[in-house]
Amino acid sequence: MAVVFKKTSMLTDVPLHYCPGCTHGIIHRLVAESIEELGAADKAIGVAPVGCAVFAYNYFNCDMQEAAHGRAPAVATGIKRVNRDCVVFTYQGDGDLASIGTAEIVHAAARGENITVIFVNNGIYGMTGGQMAPTTLPGQVTTTSPYGRDTSHCGYPIGISELLSTLKAPSFIERVSVHDVKNVVNAKRAIKEAFRRQIDGKGFSLVEVLSTCPTNWGMNPLDALKWLEANMIPYYPLGNYKDRDKEAASK
Amino acid sequence: MAKKLYKGNEAVAEAAIQAGCRYFFGYPITPQNEIPEYMARRMPKVGGTFLQAESEVAAINMVYGAGGSGARVMTSSSSPGVSLKQEGISYIAGAEVPCVIVNMVRGGPGLGSIQPAQSDYFQATKGGGHGDYHLVVYAPGGIQEAVDLTMKAFDTADLYRMPVMILGDGMIGQMMEPAEIPEDYQPIVTDKSWATTGGGRRVINSLYIQPDELERVNLRLQKKYALIKEKETMYDEYLTEDAELIFAAYGTTARICQSAINMLRADGVKAGLIRPITLWPFPDAPFAAAAARDGVKKFLTVEMSCGQMIEDVKLSVGGRKEVAFYGRTGGMIPMPRDVYHYALSVMR
Ligand SMILES: Cc1ncc(C[n+]2csc(CCOP(=O)(O)OP(=O)(O)O)c2C)c(N)n1
Ligand code: SF4
Repeated sequence: MAVVFKKTSMLTDVPLHYCPGCTHGIIHRLVAESIEELGAADKAIGVAPVGCAVFAYNYFNCDMQEAAHGRAPAVATGIKRVNRDCVVFTYQGDGDLASIGTAEIVHAAARGENITVIFVNNGIYGMTGGQMAPTTLPGQVTTTSPYGRDTSHCGYPIGISELLSTLKAPSFIERVSVHDVKNVVNAKRAIKEAFRRQIDGKGFSLVEVLSTCPTNWGMNPLDALKWLEANMIPYYPLGNYKDRDKEAASK
Repeated sequence: MAKKLYKGNEAVAEAAIQAGCRYFFGYPITPQNEIPEYMARRMPKVGGTFLQAESEVAAINMVYGAGGSGARVMTSSSSPGVSLKQEGISYIAGAEVPCVIVNMVRGGPGLGSIQPAQSDYFQATKGGGHGDYHLVVYAPGGIQEAVDLTMKAFDTADLYRMPVMILGDGMIGQMMEPAEIPEDYQPIVTDKSWATTGGGRRVINSLYIQPDELERVNLRLQKKYALIKEKETMYDEYLTEDAELIFAAYGTTARICQSAINMLRADGVKAGLIRPITLWPFPDAPFAAAAARDGVKKFLTVEMSCGQMIEDVKLSVGGRKEVAFYGRTGGMIPMPRDVYHYALSVMR
């Protein structure tokens, strides 16, 4: 019988622990497929975050390190400086990357560290039970913003792609979403491109993926996808924020 | 190779390179800046990597990544910076990643002072970060010993797959002494098939979500620590055979005590010194043995702190003899004459 679809060999057979309908799983698959398709399976080293993706080291079928909360870009820096020919990536949530780990991500990007960062923005702290994240939308209710995020009290969400794209060194920064098939396909393209930049030695690449947390948003998976589209995308516009290849070509 | 005049910090840096360290991640802080500065000059010449991190937090996590990839790697800092590294050190201990951390201690707490101190003893020897773990802690008493212990530190780290600390102080870092740095050093070779170098399915990790599993890991670590205590404990004794007063001091303070001991002996007071070289594992045997000798009347612990190592001295002495304390703190350095006078008052 002809095989029409095969699970990527870059994912192990360990069952994912993510909640039903959570889009972390889709993003794992896109990352894994991209690495495999680029022929980088034998030289991939991943860094897992602290957050719902903490067990990513059980799922990606390659060498992995587990970093402290927010420190993945620094750990990846150490790995990449030793293993210059390897393809090194971090997979981080928004609490991990945009709150406790802001220094590490900004400086890894500013150095043009030749790594790829997969930034999963679900606007909430999933693992610890739905507290406010730096990316929580104004007015959004979480367990630590029970009356809705009050911007006069705790400010506004951080647009990481916008912020990092002001830096000179990064090669590729793009924001994508996985709320429908079309966007999943587009996300795959961006993730693959990000890894390609690293393989070509072009330096830092980051893909921000808007993602759902049905459990802590208090919605069923379908409503969560609709909520993402209706509420997150207006605040976090999709698209490319930095492309040094294009910048160079237009000069 | 002939002896050369070295500043302590530079001697430690060059010793690390001769021991095969090719990766250094650090952040500036007085009084250890000569280490990153030396590494910045030297590393590119030996095909190594020096990277100034954005913080001590980042530096220690770069060390985690590089050490987890099997490289000989070092970071250095001084007290406030080493406080920031504690999170990373705990993870490194948990994930059993070899690396070397240098702390050229300055006065604390807080921003403290930039002068030499020994007030990070608790932090270095009792864990520092969270969890059930230890570092091997070497306390050099001079520049040559700083060289020898730095080189040894990389072997110890590899042998036991754990972080090793060089606990100096601003004095050890800043003073100059003649020392010889061997250029023909042969690092021990250990199996590093656990390292993430690509193409494998290895995981560097300190997370064990099942408590029974974590307990097993911790008990295994404790076994390793017991073995280290048996095999790696180091100390030195000075004129202890006939001593009635036994000093306990390490690093810079031990040198000061030696001068005081010579003054006391000239006055007919039989004094001697037990100098721990490993602060963890602490050399309790020589203290216990001395405490059991009839001729030994008292112990006197001297530290550049308000009294931290004295707790381990007391535990080793086990209540058999009185343990007195003399200390200066905040970056103040005890003078031999002050120690001498205090010792006389203790023996009176
Ligand atoms: C130093 C430290 N502080 C806090 C925590 C607790 N903690 C674990 S996961 C997490 C939030 C993760 O949220 P995010 O990065 O958004 O990822 P998600 O779970 O939503 O995928 C926090 C605060 C920790 N493990 N370590
Ligand atoms: S808590 Fe949220 S982010 Fe975490 S696995 Fe469940 S749905 Fe996904």
